[in-house]
Amino acid sequence: MSEGLSVIEGVLRGQRETLLAEWVKAQLAAPGVRTDLISESELRVESDRFLTALVEAVSADSNAMDIMDPRWDAVRDQLTTLSRTRATRGFSPTETATFVFSLKEPLFELLKSTEGDLVATIWSATQLVDGLGLYTSEAYLRSREEVIRRQQDELIELSTPVVKLWQGVVALPLIGTLDSARTQVVMESLLQRIVETDSAIAIIDITGVPTVDTMVAQHLLKAVTAARLMGADCIISGIRPLIAQTIVHLGLDLSEVTTKSSLADAVTVALERTGHQIVRRKSASAE
Amino acid sequence: MAPDAAERIAIDSDADVVTARQRARALAVTLEMPSTDQTLLATAISEIARNITTYAVRGEVFIELVRDAKGRRGVKVVARDQGPGIADLERALTDGYTTGGGLGLGLPGARRLVDEFDIQTAPGEGTTVTLVKWSRSA
Repeated sequence: MSEGLSVIEGVLRGQRETLLAEWVKAQLAAPGVRTDLISESELRVESDRFLTALVEAVSADSNAMDIMDPRWDAVRDQLTTLSRTRATRGFSPTETATFVFSLKEPLFELLKSTEGDLVATIWSATQLVDGLGLYTSEAYLRSREEVIRRQQDELIELSTPVVKLWQGVVALPLIGTLDSARTQVVMESLLQRIVETDSAIAIIDITGVPTVDTMVAQHLLKAVTAARLMGADCIISGIRPLIAQTIVHLGLDLSEVTTKSSLADAVTVALERTGHQIVRRKSASAE
Repeated sequence: MAPDAAERIAIDSDADVVTARQRARALAVTLEMPSTDQTLLATAISEIARNITTYAVRGEVFIELVRDAKGRRGVKVVARDQGPGIADLERALTDGYTTGGGLGLGLPGARRLVDEFDIQTAPGEGTTVTLVKWSRSA
């Protein structure tokens, strides 16, 4: 294999200009080339830079061919950057990996006229290009995952608004699945708002929480306890019939907490407790 | 031990618990289970899958449709892990007993939520929980 690599190194060094020209041509001719997203000159610069790094890595590592080796750092870094920028620009994974895979044809073409065992040389070249191509795809995926993770974090922040309903009454409408990370954020913002608004009553509405299991219940109870320590009473509202039955079967004890089936009921209770009364002054015109 | 027609869900994080729950709910919908039963089943899965992430870190859940001798249809769930196992099963099935900082209602609660419940465990040999929720319609 090392023999194959040294032949490749020879081609990369000796016929670099031809290879670069042919490679860029191959990339531009590839089906689905995104000239709308990347200019030819940019492509040429990227390709040129990649070949430089590749030559360095192949000569430094001419015995083994382990692209995860530190000697391949520069090559990998470049592929990672390339995948990331292409992912942001809207390239598909295939279009991104084509950058590396399109090197095969021009490289093989040049290897044809070299001395020695052609099959062994081509095999080495294939392994090399495939390895780099797969790495590119993985880097592409990683950059997408980063985006997803960042959005997840943003979503957690966004999805936990604590609203002030009335003087001394705050409400936290919970929507979606409550996991430990989210509950932590929810609890913090609830306690923070209780302090800011000097509230005596906090309503936690779970209408939008699809499943209440023991972990969710435990998180809720902790929030209630923490709020109580700060002098605020909690009302849990939005307990649908399904959830009520589940809670009974699970054996959860929520008797310490005021619970209401609807947010409207909870608001009424909260206003009563804070000394307000809701009075209807006129009958609605529709009646 | 895993039935081959079953759908396998690897349990590795909180997000996988949600996936398991949603898949089971989807199957329950195909049997036209009332929404109460769907919720009870989903909650039971939530409990046993959560136990995997809490105690064994990782494991797997299998979900499949089953039919008994009388032609009744249901959803069967097998949750399996290679974790530490349960030393005192009787206490683990008692309300309020926990070694993991929870409420101690997961296992006994899950047992009450479903129609059939079986647990195989031994210290150091992992835990397998099997549960079935039968459809009430024929």
